[in-house]
Formats: sequence, C-alpha cells, structure tokens
Amino acid sequence: MLSYALTFAIACFAMALILNLIRLATAPTKPDRILTIDTMVINVIALIVLYGVQTQSSVNLDAALLLAMTGFISTIAFCKFLLRGGIIE
Amino acid sequence: MRHLFPHPMLSATLLLAWLLLAGSLSLNSVLMAAMLAMLIPLLTRAYWPNRPQIRHPLRMVSYLALVLWDVIIANIQVARIILFMPAAQIKSAWITVPVDLPCPEALTLLAGTITLTPGTLTAEFSADNKALLIHALHAPDPDATRDEIKSRYESRLQRIFR
Amino acid sequence: MSLGIEILISALLVIGGSFGLIGSLGLLKLPEPMQRLHAPTKATTVGVGASLIAAALTLAWQTGEASWQSVMIAVFLFLTSPLSGLMLAKAHRHLSRPAVPPTGTEAPWAGDTPPKA
Repeated sequence: MLSYALTFAIACFAMALILNLIRLATAPTKPDRILTIDTMVINVIALIVLYGVQTQSSVNLDAALLLAMTGFISTIAFCKFLLRGGIIE
Repeated sequence: MRHLFPHPMLSATLLLAWLLLAGSLSLNSVLMAAMLAMLIPLLTRAYWPNRPQIRHPLRMVSYLALVLWDVIIANIQVARIILFMPAAQIKSAWITVPVDLPCPEALTLLAGTITLTPGTLTAEFSADNKALLIHALHAPDPDATRDEIKSRYESRLQRIFR
Repeated sequence: MSLGIEILISALLVIGGSFGLIGSLGLLKLPEPMQRLHAPTKATTVGVGASLIAAALTLAWQTGEASWQSVMIAVFLFLTSPLSGLMLAKAHRHLSRPAVPPTGTEAPWAGDTPPKA
C-alpha cells in the first residue's frame, strides 16, 4: 500500500512540474514567472524527499534543505530586483 | 548576562534549530550549536534593538495550534475554489485591515497567519504599521472577512503580546 | 508491520501529492495574477508539508532513526512562504499598479512611499 501511495505522490509532483513548465512558458507577467520558479523549487524539494523515501536513505535530505534555502533567497532577490533595480541596499 | 545574551529566545531557537539540523546530540554538534547561539545574537544585535514581550507562552502554543488547524481548512477551501469554481465566479477583493499591535514581531506573525489561512494573502503594510493590505481570493463579503481576521487572530495576538 | 502507521503514511502521501498538483493547477488556471499568488503559497506548502511529514515518519519507522531534517524543511517552508508571497505581491503592485483601497490612516502604503535615498 505504501509503495502505491508513494508512486501516486511522485506522479502528482511530476505532473505538477510539467504544469509549472507550461505556466513558465506562457506566463504573462514577470512576477508570475518568479512565482512559477518558486513553485518549481518547492515541487523539486518534494520529489527529492519522496525519492529519499523510496530509496530509504536520508542522504538526499541535505540537498532538499539547501534547495529550500537557496530557492527562498533567490525568490526574494528577484523580487527586490524588480522593486528597486538592485539587490543590495 | 544581558551583554552576553541580548536575546535569550533567539539563542534558544538557534540552539534547537542547529541540533535538529545536525540530527544528533554528539559533543561536537552541541558545541557548535552553543557557539552559534552565542555569536549570532551578538553579531546581529544592531538589527534587533528591542526584545519582543511574550506575556503568555501557553497562549502562544494554543494560537499556533489554531493556526495549524486553520491552514488545513484553508487549503481544502482553496482547493475547492481552484477545482470546482468557474473562473468568472471567483470574486477577488482588496481589503484594508486596520491593526493595533504593540510590536513588529506581532505584526509579522499576524501577516504570516493571514497569508497561510483561508483565501487571504497579505500584500502590503502601511508605512506607519497601522494597516494591512490583504488580497482575498474569494470574498463575496469583504467586511465579514476583515471582521473575522480581527476577532479570530488579532485579538488573540493582542492578548499574547501585551 | 503495524497497519495503522502504514495507513497514516499512505494518507499523508496521497494528500500531499494531491495538494501539490492542485496548487500547480491553480497556478495555471486562475485568470488574474494576484489570484495566482494564492495557489502556490497555500496548496503547495501544505502539499509539500504533508509529504515531508510522511517522509519523516517513513524514515523513522523503517530505519529506526528519527529524521528531524525533513521536519526542519517543513518548518522552513511554512516560515518562508508568507514572505515570498508578500514580496511577490509587492513586485506585482509595483509593476502593474492595480487600484487598491486607501490605508485608513495618515500614512500611505509602504510600497507607495519613495525609497529613502
């Protein structure tokens, strides 16, 4: 049962990534594009963690943690850039 | 003591966070956690001029439990709007919520709560920190949404922080 | 093995996957930019949060060691998603200037004040 649920979750997040790619290609505004990239980062984190469950190792969790941090910082940096034209004030 | 630990709560949070990240209670991770918990509040002291006053830690816990429950309810609502509601029927609205909270920490907590809970998202603060601009995904009655935020979250935060 | 834990983990995984998919679907489907902000900040966060808790439970159950890192990732995502949402809303307001209600106090919205040189 667990393996079916795991496959279902991985398929869901993979489909979510495909939907995000479509959105990224057709996004009408710049904030939309940043939002899509942010969502893609979150979905990739989920995929990494689920892969870790499948292989029963917690090695990949470090990568997911780093991705969570850099993804957040890059979202904020992109927004800052749009708001002020520079990142460091 | 006050010079060594300007922010005891921040130090405790850093200690706990590092131990959880390291995932072990071995001597070197405890030492590293203690060093970080001492140094980071000292080095960043200039950015935290005053301490937040939490009067009722127990109420804080019950507030967090309430928010967690509301996050689950919020997501079911948003999922139903996304899946079943035709795009033309979604009535989005900008709402101004006047707030009266004693410190920036409480305001940040309220803004975060609003973003995570039913169909609302904090979009902007006023320059004097006395109002929040909120975007509601589906709010047929904006006044009711505003009153719910004030009675459900703001009044609790006021009781916690003063 | 104990059936209860397996059912709990499976339910969490199914819920997490569904919410992750719904969030991305909302991002694609909702018509206005501000409405699109709602879907990922809520649905995706809870989707990933449920998956992370499921992962923590599975790893703790199968390897016998508690994996606190996935709990930390979940906490981190919950703390940062309101901030991302706020910054994206600010960027959106800055670029497309939608009509918004007044503050009701003397001061204007923080994004409408000129930056301090």
